[in-house]
Amino acid sequence: MSFTEFVSKNYNEILKSLVRHIELVGISILIGILISIPLGIFLTRHKRVAGPVLALAGTIQTIPGLVMLGFALVLIGIGMLPAIIVLTLYAILPILRNTYTGITEVDKSYTEASRGIGMTNMQTLFKVEIPIALPTIITGIRLSTVYIVSWATLAGLIGAGGLGDLIWTGLSTYNTKYILAGAVPSAILAFILNGLIGLLERILTPRGLRRSRI
Amino acid sequence: MSGALLEGILEHMAIVSIAVLISSVLGIIMGIIAYWVRFLDSVILWVSEVLQTIPSLALLALLMIIFGLGDITMIVGLVLYALLPIVRNTYTGLKNVSPHLKDAARGMGMSKMQRLFKVEIPLSFPLIFSGIKIALVNSLSVAVMGVLIGANGLGTIIYCGIQSRNMMNILMGAIPVVIMALVFDFGMSKIEKKLIKRTK
Amino acid sequence: MIKFQNVSKSYGHTAILKNISFDINQGEFAVLIGPSGCGKTTTLKTINRLIEPDSGTIFIDGKDITKENPVELRRSIGYVIQQIGLFPNMTVEQNISIVPKLLKYPKEKCQEIVRDLLALVDMPYEENAHKYPTELSGGQQQRIGVLRALAASPPIILMDEPFGALDPITRESLQEEIKQIQKKLKKTIVFVTHDMDEAIRLADTIIFMDNGKIVQMASPEEMLQNPADSIVKSFLGKHMDNGDGAPKLFAEDFMKTKVFKVPKTSRTLECIKLMSSKDVNSLVILNDDDTYFGTVTIEDIKALGKPGKEIAELVTHDVITVGRKEDAQTAFDRLLSSKSNYIIVLNENQTVAGLITRTSMAKALGEALWGEVL
Repeated sequence: MSFTEFVSKNYNEILKSLVRHIELVGISILIGILISIPLGIFLTRHKRVAGPVLALAGTIQTIPGLVMLGFALVLIGIGMLPAIIVLTLYAILPILRNTYTGITEVDKSYTEASRGIGMTNMQTLFKVEIPIALPTIITGIRLSTVYIVSWATLAGLIGAGGLGDLIWTGLSTYNTKYILAGAVPSAILAFILNGLIGLLERILTPRGLRRSRI
Repeated sequence: MSGALLEGILEHMAIVSIAVLISSVLGIIMGIIAYWVRFLDSVILWVSEVLQTIPSLALLALLMIIFGLGDITMIVGLVLYALLPIVRNTYTGLKNVSPHLKDAARGMGMSKMQRLFKVEIPLSFPLIFSGIKIALVNSLSVAVMGVLIGANGLGTIIYCGIQSRNMMNILMGAIPVVIMALVFDFGMSKIEKKLIKRTK
Repeated sequence: MIKFQNVSKSYGHTAILKNISFDINQGEFAVLIGPSGCGKTTTLKTINRLIEPDSGTIFIDGKDITKENPVELRRSIGYVIQQIGLFPNMTVEQNISIVPKLLKYPKEKCQEIVRDLLALVDMPYEENAHKYPTELSGGQQQRIGVLRALAASPPIILMDEPFGALDPITRESLQEEIKQIQKKLKKTIVFVTHDMDEAIRLADTIIFMDNGKIVQMASPEEMLQNPADSIVKSFLGKHMDNGDGAPKLFAEDFMKTKVFKVPKTSRTLECIKLMSSKDVNSLVILNDDDTYFGTVTIEDIKALGKPGKEIAELVTHDVITVGRKEDAQTAFDRLLSSKSNYIIVLNENQTVAGLITRTSMAKALGEALWGEVL
């Protein structure tokens, strides 16, 4: 049978994997954002700890996905939970680092002015630093998302489902159609998310800053 | 056991080294072309970015359809994956060389090639080197997935550990990868700093 | 209105403010001036507690400022900085009304304030309120910066070299405007600058500081007639009425010491790279013992250079030299009669001390005649 016949025959399975994939990515990115952005902000106020923390997060990044999933499998078990834990850990670094550098790279003249005219620390953070750093932070989220879509394809190996399941089935049974059914949607998903979040980046750049954005 | 580990490490290193070598050569050439041929620059950069956005397992699986199982597929995949950092850094590095310098070189009578090799590349070298570093460290990690498409490397030991729920095996395969990644990252960053100082 | 009593501040072992005391009256335009590092900016910043003194007390309106909440204090004092610091993510209107908003003024009142203030500087509301800072020129931006400081009607405004980053024409125009505004609104202004011209033009009282101490505090006229110290005198420069007789000037008084020197064994490519990274188009070439050998220009290299060759072959010796203790007039004559744009100043032992360019010569003369030139 041709590929299109295959797709219409196994439509449900493919859709289910796609939805599961999106779930895995969505939940991990969400938790990642909830952890990284506050942590990033915290680090900008406690710069001495920033170096070690960022280095630690960076080291997690060097651990191959298969390994982390393996750890999660052995320590926790199979299913969505270990997968989400691993994916969240991976999601942290790009968002954390971009939050930190985005805020610390805000020109000092703005923070000096805001302090001098009588803004509190929190007010400076929310009215000045974060709006100016927002595009950088969103870039970090975008990078994380593309990254996670990629690693989530491995999640199938520990029973979490997702498009990786289809790819793996295809690989182990030499069935090209399964491979395509898993690989193509995952690539398209990565592109669409990359594009959408990129669009968000541009929309959220405060109008006053657009000229200076490279 | 340690025999298999050593074999795994060597295989892993071999695959990654070959891939990064090819990718560096290809990537630098593509970066130069993007720099010389104005209208090609966005195309080349776009292609490299696209390759990086495709989920790695998907890319490898698709390549497997074409090239079959085995090391070659893995190397091809790694080469494609490593292109972006190298191409982008080469292109940016060349573009950022001061126009005064390029003028002086042209004025002295250097041909385009001479200018490239004697002035532009040496000055962009720290950035190019940084791109290769990023490519190398990433590749060490991605190469672990080789086991899924029948390639050699430390992935085999790790996967074995996953299948048998054996933490020891996983660690045995994982630790060398992480150590190599950290060592290369650290070492090459130091060299990068020295290179930057020299070109100032 | 503002009273400093025995205020001192040190950073580590370095004392920045040494037991200073002074008073500024309400409605006065006080200018803090002095050489770099004298403590003028530090003094300014202790008023709104951006810097806390180590000892001594500062009173505003009779109240010790350390008894007040620093954030509230700053909201009651206007603050304008050299880099302007208008928030790029906010419109002109939002920038100006930021302090009133922090103080929870109602929306209509905020808008009224913005309208009135924009009218004060001739920038109509309709055109400007919704623009972003990047859409304005430097001068307009700093005007908005001043309006931002005025928005909540603070009785005191602090200004830290506010016009330093602007071109001379805009600067003069803003100086005029701020003088008018101060008179009209009867504000107390504390203004830091290193430009004596600006101080004389704006101040009711000049507070001259050096090395953490107040050297003299007087009106501009008084300071001109009775400068308390040689350093005050030198700042006043040409403003002095009586010509004391031109002081003895040497070549070394006009020279630039930042000269890029390379040994004559350097190669052409190295020289090009150095010239490019330092943005100059000639280099001074030295012998092995660091004495002056000659000069080389980027044009020479372009015309005659071959990569890999030693620079010594391209060196010309036509640039004129002068000893550093030779009198300035001699240097001047030599520069005018030479065909290059500069002459080299040499030490006794023939090593290179610096160079005098036509531009640096013109600038030094301009300063001597008319006060600080750009």
